[in-house]
Amino acid sequence: NTGNEWGTEEPLKEEVTGLAVNVDLQTDATLQVDISDALSERDKVKFTVHTKSTLPNFKQNEFSVVRQHEEFIWLHDSFVENEEYAGYIIPPAPPRPDFDASREKLQKLGEGEGSMTKEEFTKMKQELEAEYLAIFKKTVAMHEVFLCRVAAHPVLRKDMNFHVFLEYNQDLSVRGKNKREKMEDFFKNVVKSADGVLVAGVKDVDDFFEHEKTFLLEYHNRVKDASSKSDRMIRSHKSAADDINRIASTLYTLGTQDSTDVCKFFLKVSELFEKTRKIEARVAADEDLKLADLLKYYLRESQAAKDLLYRRGRALVDYENANKALDKARAKNKDVLQAETSQQVCCQKFEKISESAKQELIDFKTRRVAAFRKNLVELAELELKHAKGNLQLLQSCVGVLKGDT
Amino acid sequence: MNAYIAYKVSTRTTLPMFKNRTFSVWRRFSDFLGLYEKLSVKHSLNGCIIPPPPEKSIVGMTKVKVGKEDSSSADFVETRRAALERYLQRVVCHPSLLQDPDVREFLERDELPRAVGTHTLSGAGFLKMINRASDAVSKMTVKISDSDAWFDNKLQEVESEELQLRKLHAVVESLVNHRKELCGNTAVFAKSMAMLGNSEDNTALSRALSQLAEVEDKMETLHQEQAASDFFILAELLADYIRLLGAVRGCFEQRMKTWQRWQEAQSTLQKKREVEAKLLWANKPDKLQQAKEEITEWEGKVTQYERDFDRISVTVRKEFLRFEKEKSKDFKSQIVKYLESLLQSQQRLVKFWEAFLPEAKAIG
Repeated sequence: NTGNEWGTEEPLKEEVTGLAVNVDLQTDATLQVDISDALSERDKVKFTVHTKSTLPNFKQNEFSVVRQHEEFIWLHDSFVENEEYAGYIIPPAPPRPDFDASREKLQKLGEGEGSMTKEEFTKMKQELEAEYLAIFKKTVAMHEVFLCRVAAHPVLRKDMNFHVFLEYNQDLSVRGKNKREKMEDFFKNVVKSADGVLVAGVKDVDDFFEHEKTFLLEYHNRVKDASSKSDRMIRSHKSAADDINRIASTLYTLGTQDSTDVCKFFLKVSELFEKTRKIEARVAADEDLKLADLLKYYLRESQAAKDLLYRRGRALVDYENANKALDKARAKNKDVLQAETSQQVCCQKFEKISESAKQELIDFKTRRVAAFRKNLVELAELELKHAKGNLQLLQSCVGVLKGDT
Repeated sequence: MNAYIAYKVSTRTTLPMFKNRTFSVWRRFSDFLGLYEKLSVKHSLNGCIIPPPPEKSIVGMTKVKVGKEDSSSADFVETRRAALERYLQRVVCHPSLLQDPDVREFLERDELPRAVGTHTLSGAGFLKMINRASDAVSKMTVKISDSDAWFDNKLQEVESEELQLRKLHAVVESLVNHRKELCGNTAVFAKSMAMLGNSEDNTALSRALSQLAEVEDKMETLHQEQAASDFFILAELLADYIRLLGAVRGCFEQRMKTWQRWQEAQSTLQKKREVEAKLLWANKPDKLQQAKEEITEWEGKVTQYERDFDRISVTVRKEFLRFEKEKSKDFKSQIVKYLESLLQSQQRLVKFWEAFLPEAKAIG
């Protein structure tokens, strides 16, 4: 059961699994993770992470802990910083829960309460509450998908930090990074992107990786573009649905002024618009879930894949540099053993990354195709359902109205 | 050279008062305004509801004159053409106005003398002129008959309805704008999906994404047509009736002015009688004669004005009931037409997505 700052209790589970952006998840009995509950407080969300496992590492077979967003980020960052995982696509971190826009709208509504009728106010309040709830469900789903991806990954699921995250029932005390750390991160990213450009310029000997590099660079940019454009389109759609809502209200007012023929007519049309705009709002919401969220997710995943390629690229550069150093050492006949060892280490690192990276990228493609298929099929089915629903409403209303005259 | 737009007005009729059965003439916007002025001068004092013409739009018109070749100026001309057509339809539907020779001349005569002074006066401006005179209209203090309550109620209804229609019009305009925005955003999104489909290296998925881009392209056209329906069928209907309700109010105020004139005449008569009484006392025979003549004159006026008031009350009542019937018919037919356009949109939507679904299922 979830509570929020508005005090309304809403069952959470029903739509959480609706956002299964990632489909190819091996859910097996050895480790199952989900978010069974969530609580939205003033400026933070508390997720109840629930684990079922037959693994001997855990003290119990089933247990729950409460985690906040920062702790998910800590876990994600610990994967990124771990050299052992350099050859894997690190599941992208869930985005920060953001209720700012929703809160702002609610505040505006409160300020404008005096300028609208009680019915209008109640209606708008219900709308905003539904919107808030939708955002809430989404953030829960995003955090859950992250954990499920980790749990499904053959190597990451064994990670120590992951187990601590799941089991340790105290606060992990991962205080928000202080200012100095944030600055260091900023510079790290700057260096990384400069390197990224450098590394991307080097043509790869391996055809597979060369193709993947070209593909991912272009794909990532286009997904980014499609994602922002889809958001804009869906926002316009919601605005239009809101207008139809206001039209319905005004028609209702007109219809209740008298009991003439035309007033009864207005009431019927008002009722129709009330229903169609609910459907329109649903269409926008479904487009958001099945299309916009899909694109956003693959924006993050494709970035994670790019990061993997970058890490491999870095390892390759290191390997090539180690080769050059070895040649120099041999030529000068100075510190040859040291150079040989260094070269071997670089070689092993590079080969290890390349091997796992290849599999990761193939899996990424499989997951991507499956996720798009699922969501596009569901999108089309929902659009059809709603269009048919609208059609039926309009047909029956027009029939009634024409029959009356 | 002063460029202007001419509109072709075609009539088809079986009425004997016209020379031919089918005929066309060319008229410019100021001609329509001129017709309105002539009809107002003649009929508004009788309590007739004169349909108001569309408003002058300086911005829209200047753009067209300058020859700006974009869709907005084409839209403007079409909007105006449709509005002028509805205006004329309402005029000829009015049984008394149709009989007016000016209307006949407007429809029939090849060359119409240029309407003078209309460049300063738009339809709304003329209405304002009539209404300004009625600013000082006083309310009836004594109800003469039950029917005055009827007029009071109807006026209140009209005022409240006008308020709601203005509100509704504003929201419909907002809808038109959001749909146009949606249209643009959908087009942009379609392109981005096509690009994404191009870079996708899984063939089936790439194909499906391109198909989705095509569906979104079709949706763009759909949204555009829907926005046009929103505007031409719904928004313009509301704009017309907001103007018409203004004319109805003017009509009611005209009745009030007539009542006022009658009341003032009665009080003038009263004063004249008081003067006569004083003169009787003062014994001034020649002045007395004049006073008696004036009394007779004003008694005549009082009778005349009372008759005028009764007559205008009958006309206004009849006009109002006719207006209500027309309004009811108009709203019903236009809104049904609008709903049918929505219906057609949804039918096409169903087809788009039915065609896409197998493409999506073919992925993998």
